[in-house]
Amino acid sequence: MFDFFFQLHPVIQGLAKGLAVIMVIFPIAGACSMAERKVAAWIQDRPGPNRAIVPWVAWIPFFGKFLQRLGIFHVMADGGKMLFKEDSLPGHVNKFYFILAPIVAMIPALTTVTAVPFGAYFDSAGKVITLGLAPLDIGMLAVFAVSSLGVYSAILAGWASNSKYPFLGSVRASAQLISYELSMTLAVLPVFLWVNAPGLPGTMSFGRVVEFQSQPGFLGGMWFGFMMPLSAFIFLVALFAETNRQPFDTVESESDLVGSFHTEYGAFKWGLFFVAEYSHMIVGSGVFILLFGGGWNPLPWVSLATAVDWLGAILPFAHAPLFVGVLSIAIFLGKTLAMIFLFMWVRWTLPRFRYDQVMKIGWQKMLPLSIANLLFYAIAIAVIQK
Amino acid sequence: MAVITVERKPLTFLERTYLPQIVGGLATTFKHLIAPKKTLEYPEQRPAIPPGYRGVPTLVRDPNGREKCVSCQLCEFVCPPKAIRITPGEISADQTDRVHVEKAPQAFDIDMLRCIYCGLCQEVCPEEAIFLQNQYSMSGYTRAEMVNHKDKLYELGGTLPDQHYKWDQKKTAEDHGNAH
Repeated sequence: MFDFFFQLHPVIQGLAKGLAVIMVIFPIAGACSMAERKVAAWIQDRPGPNRAIVPWVAWIPFFGKFLQRLGIFHVMADGGKMLFKEDSLPGHVNKFYFILAPIVAMIPALTTVTAVPFGAYFDSAGKVITLGLAPLDIGMLAVFAVSSLGVYSAILAGWASNSKYPFLGSVRASAQLISYELSMTLAVLPVFLWVNAPGLPGTMSFGRVVEFQSQPGFLGGMWFGFMMPLSAFIFLVALFAETNRQPFDTVESESDLVGSFHTEYGAFKWGLFFVAEYSHMIVGSGVFILLFGGGWNPLPWVSLATAVDWLGAILPFAHAPLFVGVLSIAIFLGKTLAMIFLFMWVRWTLPRFRYDQVMKIGWQKMLPLSIANLLFYAIAIAVIQK
Repeated sequence: MAVITVERKPLTFLERTYLPQIVGGLATTFKHLIAPKKTLEYPEQRPAIPPGYRGVPTLVRDPNGREKCVSCQLCEFVCPPKAIRITPGEISADQTDRVHVEKAPQAFDIDMLRCIYCGLCQEVCPEEAIFLQNQYSMSGYTRAEMVNHKDKLYELGGTLPDQHYKWDQKKTAEDHGNAH
């Protein structure tokens, strides 16, 4: 059915796939900003934005009203506003780097997606083929390497803004990233120690991690979140810190830093920072789901293959690669969005940590904890996999 | 008052990890997430106005449909921001239902850009003719629009129940021959 696609030049194939993924990530990032406002409103006992509507949607009897109440069209209104308002350039900034910063913010945010697989299907031999832009063998390393580059945009923006508070914000951003990157990396190591069992080719790919979480048996079907809860917890906390989300958003704390590194930005350039932040969140949530949340397996101890077999009893086309692929992507996206809801839920629950508290948690609590965690699992895995 | 020294207990290990507090907080916010909403969607839903509310000042008619104001101008004098302007007028003799009333306002203007909703006009009115009622939302595009004239004031005020029927009492008193 899709043979014509596979006959295209690999570059064109890659471009098409990349564009398709960007076309999904961008609207989700936009919808996230809307979801954030809605979740904030609901948690504060308000209905939230629910007025904007496109006339021809208003004609749909029930569904149109539902969409209006959900605030879907406020996304378009926000985006349109951001796109068409005057893009001012302050006189006191370093113009080249000032314009460069939001672009630098977008590049790593969208590049990390290439290394993250988001689904799988089974070929005729029953072999698992992961769906992703680039099935890299260094998956996790690539994500770590590229996602930390995002902090350069904060540094560039803060420095180019030539203003006190943006500069302080960018200093905080880089300090925070360094502090938590360490414990994040150490927290992930036990997973890859376990996955690179003796007798298997060494790999850092996410596909293998998910494969390990979809084996039969009690230990095989166990998601790594249950097997290594401390790793998952440290990774999650570090993820909150690295995406600058509450309670670790000292970088953007408006009460002491005005608006941090994007104080001097407006209109579309500011919007790019925003989209980059949400893209980071989406990719980060996706990585968390792949590593600790079972990837595209629907439930713990129920792998995708089992689920497809169950569905096969009802649906005749359940084993078709297209159906399995779409199903796995839907499961993965659903889990990722649930993680993003967790981000928002936490944001509207916890107060912001003070900057010194953030540093203290990072260096004095998370880092020793992750080292102890690594030692424990290294010994345990050595004993089990001997 | 005696000073009570409260012993501050050291935090337990669990409290110091801050995690149970986070979980408790998440549970609280989740309750609110699904709880019914507390806010009103204003232009469609209006709040219930409590009794005694001081809204826009209005002029009222008595249950017989007669205007109660006799243009004594007390409200004009008492009005702290000088929002009220009254032009007193005579009542012609051919209005038989108002034969005992000496005066009525020819014009009665309240400048809502000056009004501070203090309610002194209502308090001072000897005829119980001016009331601050439930209307809380006044808006207009021009300054002229924000001045309530007599017609508007009566339209806003409507008719309120009367406890005295002052003019009816005067009329029966005169009919019985003891007019003062």
